[in-house]
Amino acid sequence: MTIYSVPGSADSKVTFKPRYENWIGGEWVKPVKGQYFEDISPVNGKPFAEVARGTAEDIELALDAAHKAAPAWGKTSTTARADILNKIADVIDANLELLSVAETWDNGKPVRETLNADLPLAADHFRYFAAAIRSQEGYFAEMDDSMTAYHYHEPLGVVGQIIPWNFPILMAVWKLAPALAAGNAIVLKPAEQTPVSILVLVELIGDILPPGVLNIVNGFGVEAGKPLASSPRIRKIAFTGETTTGRLILQYASANIIPATLELGGKSPNVFFKDVADHDDAFYDKAQEGFVLFAFNNGEVCTAPSRALIEKPIYDSFLGDAVARTAKAVQGNPLDTDTMIGAQSSNDQLEKILSYIDIGKQEGAKLLLGGERVDLGGDLTDGFYVQPTIFEGHNKMRLFQEEIFGPVLAVTSFDGYDDAISIANDTLYGLGAGVWSRNGNVAYRAGRDIQAGRVWVNNYHAYPAGAAFGGYKSSGIGRENNRLALSAYQQTKNLLVSYSENKLGFF
Amino acid sequence: MPRIDNVVASVTVPGETIPRVEFVPATVELLRKLWDQYGPLMFHQSGGCCDGSSPMCFPEGDFRTSDQDVLLGRLDIAPAGADAQVIDFWMSSEQFEYWSHTFLTIDVVKGRGSGFSVEAPEGVRFMIRSRLMEGFGSQPGPVQPGSVTPAP
Repeated sequence: MTIYSVPGSADSKVTFKPRYENWIGGEWVKPVKGQYFEDISPVNGKPFAEVARGTAEDIELALDAAHKAAPAWGKTSTTARADILNKIADVIDANLELLSVAETWDNGKPVRETLNADLPLAADHFRYFAAAIRSQEGYFAEMDDSMTAYHYHEPLGVVGQIIPWNFPILMAVWKLAPALAAGNAIVLKPAEQTPVSILVLVELIGDILPPGVLNIVNGFGVEAGKPLASSPRIRKIAFTGETTTGRLILQYASANIIPATLELGGKSPNVFFKDVADHDDAFYDKAQEGFVLFAFNNGEVCTAPSRALIEKPIYDSFLGDAVARTAKAVQGNPLDTDTMIGAQSSNDQLEKILSYIDIGKQEGAKLLLGGERVDLGGDLTDGFYVQPTIFEGHNKMRLFQEEIFGPVLAVTSFDGYDDAISIANDTLYGLGAGVWSRNGNVAYRAGRDIQAGRVWVNNYHAYPAGAAFGGYKSSGIGRENNRLALSAYQQTKNLLVSYSENKLGFF
Repeated sequence: MPRIDNVVASVTVPGETIPRVEFVPATVELLRKLWDQYGPLMFHQSGGCCDGSSPMCFPEGDFRTSDQDVLLGRLDIAPAGADAQVIDFWMSSEQFEYWSHTFLTIDVVKGRGSGFSVEAPEGVRFMIRSRLMEGFGSQPGPVQPGSVTPAP
């Protein structure tokens, strides 16, 4: 058990600057309008730094820097670009604790997760795309004996990326890695709830990338995000967040005729077939953990398994075990490596979660566990903590249909395979799902029948680079985490070459 | 400072007679301030992750609604006697199917929302408090469009 010291204390792994500027053209640049906003740590509810409040003027400066850097970066060899991405990965590994503590302080999630998931995955993501771009090849086809069509992957140029606050560094890296690998220059707008941790990373890697290749402008969505997304100076916009903003992003993209990729959330079903309880063994234990994973990252995951569907014959016993298992989850100081459940990312998130607990009760869902805000006392008393909560109900309730984005699980039973698939698919979303069965054929069929872009079979919440990730239905457009993502940041150049001296004969 | 009351929406869903949305006084006050800054405003209820499952407030005209959206109500936030300041509250039809049995109260809490909702720089966030309603068209009774009713 390790308890990391609070940032800024004598033996802390990280000390934040009191103020963070924007990162533009390889330098820290003050916001043009000279305004800043506070970054509040969810761990204790108190501000710990101030951050540039970027506006359209700063976005323009960032775009200027990106446009200046893009041509040379786009022509840099894939070998050289991959080498840079690998160096960035090495820096992340070498500073694991520093970055993990910074991420925990900005977001509120347990340091156990940043140390073991967020930061290792981020490093590996850069390595994956370094490999992917090295191994990507163009292709050609002979049209006839004197004409050949050569197909080249070319970067788009300058791209805009707007990322969420639930995995601040990792969500940035999911977008940065393929875009950089593909040779683009970037203007990134982090979430205003978590604007600092990515800048702590940039302080470490800023001189590895050529100036202007990566630019970061912080600020509020309406003041900085909107000018970026609606700028005619980007060739693509990528966004992870909520549905209404996603629609706005698509609107802006349509005005500028650029592609948009979106990841907009989910209400992922976790389906437990009765055979998982055939034996009380390691696999049953794993399935039980799979149930409790609704609380991973404090439930603030687009693919949170926020609906548990349990087959009727094992409903009471499996659920009973699982509720008891959840009750044992340790909630506490996010800097303690024993803590499993930390703080929600902001006060309004906490309030939203509490309002959903309320509507759950009003709709007649049965509260099986939790349901209350938590005061951890001492220095943590103003932090944003809520108990892991389990409700039992039916799939038409708002609890089962809406993304709560907290450690709140909605549980229901199903009667046979067809009922499982029907309930699983009765949702506006299609981002993630879990299927648990000892029978490979059942697991396979269910995985193919569920309308979701990522179906975890006999596991959950694994995000290895190389496994494509993205939504069906209202969960969004496009795929990340796989070399498919490169194509979202490239365009195809066809060089159609004639080796004949002779005219066509038309004119 | 004159007292601000709850503002209850007019009825806009065809066939219904009961309003679906209201603003509490804190919301009205904040919206008046934002209207001064941004001009006419509207709401669209967002689903999805992160800052979803919350109402987004945009300058009127920024967000294009379509046949895939439902107008839940119109709310006039202007003080008594002043020119109308009507705010439309929208939701996507696919979401409305699951919300149609609830009455929505728009409140304001301290927070740091993202998305492009206009209140974020103020350090607050609009949010929904819901209560179950038996039916929005089954009960008779006239409702004044955009009426102002005293807070309970």
